[in-house]
Amino acid sequence: MSPEYSASLRRKIDEVAALYPKRGAALLPVLHLVQREAGCIAAEEERFVALALGLKPVKVREVVTFYTMFLRRPIGKYHLQVCSNLSCSLLGAGSLLEYLQQKLGIEVGETTADGRFTLSTVECLGACEQAPCLMVNFDYQGQMDREKIDRLLESLE
Amino acid sequence: MDEKVLTQHFGLKELFRIEVYREQGGYKAVEKALKEMTPVAVLDEVKRANLRGRGGAGFPAGVKWGFVPQHVPKPRYLCVNADEGEPGTFKDRYLLTYNPHLLLEGTILASYAVGINSAFIYVRGEYEKVTLRLEGAIAEAYRNGYLGKQILGTDFSLDVVVQRGAGAYICGEETALLESLEGKRGYPRLKPPFPASVGLFQCPTVINNVETLSNIPFIVQNGAGWFIKKGLPKDGGTRIFGVSGMIKNPGIYELPLGTKLRTIIFEHAGGMKEGKQLKAVIPGGMSAPILTEDEIDLPMDFDSLAAAGSMLGSAAIIVIDRETSILDVLKAVSKFYSHESCGQCTPCRIGTAWINKIVKRVAGGEGERGDIDMIIRLASNIRGKTLCPLGDAAALPVLSICQKFRRELEGYLPHA
Repeated sequence: MSPEYSASLRRKIDEVAALYPKRGAALLPVLHLVQREAGCIAAEEERFVALALGLKPVKVREVVTFYTMFLRRPIGKYHLQVCSNLSCSLLGAGSLLEYLQQKLGIEVGETTADGRFTLSTVECLGACEQAPCLMVNFDYQGQMDREKIDRLLESLE
Repeated sequence: MDEKVLTQHFGLKELFRIEVYREQGGYKAVEKALKEMTPVAVLDEVKRANLRGRGGAGFPAGVKWGFVPQHVPKPRYLCVNADEGEPGTFKDRYLLTYNPHLLLEGTILASYAVGINSAFIYVRGEYEKVTLRLEGAIAEAYRNGYLGKQILGTDFSLDVVVQRGAGAYICGEETALLESLEGKRGYPRLKPPFPASVGLFQCPTVINNVETLSNIPFIVQNGAGWFIKKGLPKDGGTRIFGVSGMIKNPGIYELPLGTKLRTIIFEHAGGMKEGKQLKAVIPGGMSAPILTEDEIDLPMDFDSLAAAGSMLGSAAIIVIDRETSILDVLKAVSKFYSHESCGQCTPCRIGTAWINKIVKRVAGGEGERGDIDMIIRLASNIRGKTLCPLGDAAALPVLSICQKFRRELEGYLPHA
């Protein structure tokens, strides 16, 4: 059975689609909206979005698999994304990532058994002045060190 | 003397609110343009100001606007490129966060000059908080009659829509950005036709960077002559330099175009981090060919950097110290482009992947003699052979690192 999507989500999809001269052009903003409610864009969500915007499901999958921020399966409550680009690695992002892996007992790309944390690496987040930095869901955390990571993880208990 | 233009009021509390922005003279340029100037007059002023594109390419903004045909029975669009993804770059995040109305004012002026009634602002997906701030400013601008129908009682109308990207560096390339706005994968288009004639939804389109547009209100208000004096005759205005890496005071520094790279690093940004010594600098975002420590007595403007074999790009300065292995720099560079190549052009898709594999092999102690020549050969076969500038962006820094730091890199290879 298809999952239930909220009435407010359906209304928002129509509002966003109306901003574009072609309904299907609203695909990215609509995927963001659906992912926020459903947690990811699995096959079910792909079909829902395709129907809502009058697109073929394959068009939706093309886009979902192209953009790294669209998730095809559920992840943990907190998504820790560590920047692995140049300015951050110059200032120790590599050893912070090792510390996080060791502390959480998971590798990059994995989720902790309790479903709280998913660990990823990302390319430049556009916060190089705060290197090394990471993102917790959509919050930027800058000038990280081991102590700050300890405190951060505690605050996310 | 304070040379700041775009960031001059950044110290003010809540500059992002329309009342505070207006207290600093905000939206005066829109009033002046809409009530006292024709669109052509605005366009001419911007042309005379020699404002060059701040996204990285340095193309004169006024010339770009002038390419848009005025007698085609189609809507025209403005796309604001806020997809800031060039590694080392974070200036647009500051502009959007602290002074979103300045961008909106520039957007209104550009639209007025070119005859555009619909603008899209494409913000990188990770900037969710920044987008909320921008959307708040847009709502204020609508409430105060600066956006919407018949702006300030004139015949000019403009609607602005914000779209967030979703994690693809390539969407900062202007035609990939258009594809993304049309709800597709970010595959760059073959040019020509250029977006000025066939752009968003096949209509004439202007695409400008956030910082470029943020300069427009000052040009309209103070004139082209004033703007040129803030920078160089062929490269008007200031530039927001973003300094990061092994530097004492990382951050943004708004300075006249033509300021020496050495001055930016050692005076404005406080010099190297405690106990560190300079080895190399990437002067214009990761795609810019690397400069060695003895190459930094350069004025930072588009033409000087191009003459030195590098580029000013997004004016993002990444400072590298002597303790950092150049191989680690090469690793970060090749990993990035191999990850971000969209896959459309074979030389880039395959070439970036192979370079990344070979660099990783060398870093793992498994390098082979001839690996550096192999990397150079691969990079040379990407350069100039792709639809979009990502190919060159991937090849040029790799080539410059291999050429300028060859001896150090060879130290990681087995010797005969």
